[in-house]
Amino acid sequence: MMATLTKAFKPILGRQLGNTAKVFGAAVNSQRGKPTYPPPAKYGGRHTVTLIPGDGIGPELLNHVRELFRFSCVPVDFEVVHVNSASTSEDDINNAIMAIRRNGVALKGNVETNHTMPPNHKSRNNLLRTSLDLYANMMHCQSLPGVQTRHKNIDIIIIRENTEGEYSSLEHESVSGVVESLKIITRNNSLRIADYAFRLARDKGRRRVTAVHKANIMKLGDGLFLQCCKEVASGYPDIEFDSMIVDNTTMQLVSKPHQFDVMVMPNLYGNVVSNVCAGLVGGPGLVPGANYGRDYAVFETATRNTGKSISNRNIANPTAMLLASCLMLDHLKLHDYANMIRGAILTTMNETRLHTVDIGGQGTTSEVVQSIMRIIQSGGPLTTEI
Amino acid sequence: MAGNAWRSTLLKLLARCGVRISDASSAPEICETTPLILHQVSRVMGAIKTQSPQPRTFSRGIQTVTLIPGDGIGPEISTAVMKIFEAAKAPIQWEERNVTAIKGPGGRWMIPPEAKESMDKSKIGLKGPLKTPIAAGHPSMNLLLRKTFDLYANVRPCVSIEGYKTPYTDVDLVTIRENTEGEYSGIEHLIVDGVVQSIKLITEEASRRIAEYAFEYARNNQRASVTAVHKANIMRMSDGLFLRKCREVAENYKDVKFTEMYLDTVCLNMVQDPSQFDVLVMPNLYGDILSDLCAGLIGGLGVTPSGNIGANGVAIFESVHGTAPDIAGKDLANPTALLLSAVMMLRHMGLHGHANKIETACFDTIREKKVLTKDLGGNSKCSEFTADICRRVQDMD
Repeated sequence: MMATLTKAFKPILGRQLGNTAKVFGAAVNSQRGKPTYPPPAKYGGRHTVTLIPGDGIGPELLNHVRELFRFSCVPVDFEVVHVNSASTSEDDINNAIMAIRRNGVALKGNVETNHTMPPNHKSRNNLLRTSLDLYANMMHCQSLPGVQTRHKNIDIIIIRENTEGEYSSLEHESVSGVVESLKIITRNNSLRIADYAFRLARDKGRRRVTAVHKANIMKLGDGLFLQCCKEVASGYPDIEFDSMIVDNTTMQLVSKPHQFDVMVMPNLYGNVVSNVCAGLVGGPGLVPGANYGRDYAVFETATRNTGKSISNRNIANPTAMLLASCLMLDHLKLHDYANMIRGAILTTMNETRLHTVDIGGQGTTSEVVQSIMRIIQSGGPLTTEI
Repeated sequence: MAGNAWRSTLLKLLARCGVRISDASSAPEICETTPLILHQVSRVMGAIKTQSPQPRTFSRGIQTVTLIPGDGIGPEISTAVMKIFEAAKAPIQWEERNVTAIKGPGGRWMIPPEAKESMDKSKIGLKGPLKTPIAAGHPSMNLLLRKTFDLYANVRPCVSIEGYKTPYTDVDLVTIRENTEGEYSGIEHLIVDGVVQSIKLITEEASRRIAEYAFEYARNNQRASVTAVHKANIMRMSDGLFLRKCREVAENYKDVKFTEMYLDTVCLNMVQDPSQFDVLVMPNLYGDILSDLCAGLIGGLGVTPSGNIGANGVAIFESVHGTAPDIAGKDLANPTALLLSAVMMLRHMGLHGHANKIETACFDTIREKKVLTKDLGGNSKCSEFTADICRRVQDMD
C-alpha cells in the first residue's frame, strides 16, 4: 500500500520524498477511514451489525443489548455469528470475519483462549483483530459520577496499537529448553497509530499526547515507535507531546492519574496501562472499548474479560457492554439514540442500590437493564412495551 | 592451608589433648580425657569431616558487608544508614567500594577488581543509586553488576507504611522478578528498513531457578501463596514454558499454595484491591512493570526496599530511586529506601532482632511526622531524620 502511494506521488512531485511520503501517505490512508459514503450494511433505513456472543458473560450481556435496542426501537438488526472456542478448526472465526467484512461493524464478547492448546491454535480474538487490520484500540476511561473509587475525576484516553508488537504470535524453540518470542515493531504501523492518536486528540479538543515506551532497554524497537510519534507530533504543533517509560507510567497512574490526557503506546504496554486505568475508574464492568481499522470497527468491553466465574448468575455489570453499544451507534451516526441510552445509563449509575456486585452493590443485571429501559420510556420517544 | 599442614597441626593439637592417632583410618586412642576436651575434639573432628563450609553468619561475630555508596545523594544516605546501624549496635563491618566501570583486558567493560573481590568474599552488598551516563560507551552499571554476579532474582517486598498516607492502605505483597532474560535480553535486529524485531528469550533453566527461589522465599518468610503472572494466551510457547516450570516446582512445595493469573487481570485487581496478592513471580518485563506499580501503591521509589539475589549465595540490596543530582550534597535526601533495603539485608543474614529494631524505629519516626524530609511531606533535614531514628533505636535498648 505504501509502495503504491509513494510510486503515485513520485511523478506528481517529481523528486525523492523518502520519509515524508510515508507520513503523508499514512495520513491520507487513514483519512479514507472517515465514511463520507453511506455505511455498507444500511438498507431501508436499518443497519445490520454482526454480533459475536463469545464466552462467559458475553452471551447474556449481548442479549440485554439486543433487548434494549428492540425496546428503544433502534434501527439496528443483529446478525449473530457463534464462535466456538473449543473447536480447533478456524472455520468459525473465518465466518465471523467474513460477516464483519460484509457488515462493516461488529459488537462482540470475548472468545476464551485455552492456553493449554498447542501454539498453532491462535487466540481467536487476536486473529480477528489482525485479519481485519483493526489497528487502533481506543479506550476512554472516565470516572462515572455515582461510583466510589480511590481517585476521582479521572479522564484519560488510551490508544493502543492493536495488531503487532508482542502479540505477533511468532515463537519458536530453536534449542530444547530455550524459547524465543518475537516482538515486531514497524514504521508504518507506528506512524499510523501515532497519527490516529493525534487526530483523535485534535478532534476531541485534548491538550497533550503522552507516548508510553521502554526505549531505554529496547532501543531499536521502542526507539522506532518513539521516533515515529515524534515525527507525527511535529505535524500537530497545537498539541503538546511528551513521553514516559512504562514502569514510571504505572507508578504515576496509581499516585497521580490526573496528569495524563491522551496516551499512545504499543500493544503489550497498552494491555497493562488500560487494565490499570480500568481498575482506577471502578473495574472491568464500567469501561467500553473500540477497535478501529481503516474499513471496519468492532466494539467490545475495554478489558476483554470472559468472566467465566460470574456467567449466568445475573450479577455481571452490563454497563461496559451497553456503553460499547452506544459507541457503536455513534459510529453508525445514530447519535440521538446513542445519547438517549448513554444518559439513561448514567442516571442509573447514580442510584447506589442498583450497583452490581463488582462496584460494591447488590443489584442484579436485569434490575439495572430494567431501570435503564424505564428511564428511556419516561424521557425518550416512542418505545415498545416492556 | 595445604592438606599436610592441616594434618600435622591437628595431630599436634589432638596430642596435647591426649589423643594419639597412629594413622588416619584407625579410631583415635584416647589416653586421658576429660568430658570437656572430648567435646572439643568431637567438634573439631566434625568440622574436618563435613565438606560444607562453616555458616557465614555467626550470631556473635562481625559480618563484613560491601557498601557501594553510589552517586548523587548516595554518599549522604549511606552515611545515614551507617550511623543508624552504629546506634543499633548491629554486628556489621562496612567495606566501602567504588564501582565505576573500567575497561578490562580484551576490551570488555567490567567493575573494578577490588570491588569484585570484596563482594566475592563478603557475599552481601548494599548499594546506593548509580548514575547511568548517557554517552559513556559502557552499559549501565546496574546491568554490569547483574552480569558479573549473576543476580537472577529481584525481590521487592511492598508493605504499606503506616505514617505515609497513600490511597492504598492494606498492601502487603512481594514481587519476585526474573532478572536475567525475558524481554530484556537486548537482542534486537533491523530486518528491513522500517521493521524492527526484538527477541524475548525464555529458558527452562532460568524459569526453574526463579520459581524455586520464589517458593523458597515463600516458605522461609511464612507466606501463604505464590502467584505466577503470565500472558500465555498470547505468548503460548514462551510464557507457557515459564508456567510449566512454575507448576513443576510447585509440586515440590505442597505447603505453599500456587495460582496462576493473567498479567492484565493482576493489574486490574491490583489497582482495585491489592490485599488479595501475596507473592508474585514473573518474567522480566512484567516484573519490571508490576514491581514499579506496587512501589507506586505504597508511596513511590523513595520508600521501597529492593534486593537482588545471585547464584553462589551473593545478595546485593539496593535503593531503586535515582541519584537526584539536584538535591545532592544539601542534606535534604530521604534515606528510607536504603535503610529499608539494609533491614531486608539484616533479615537475609538472620539478624532479625536488629532488623526489627531498626525498622520499628524508622516507622515510628515516619508515623510521628515531626522530622520528615521534604519528599515525605515535612521540611526537616536528612541529618535530623537520621538523628531521630538513632535516638529511638538507642532508647529501645
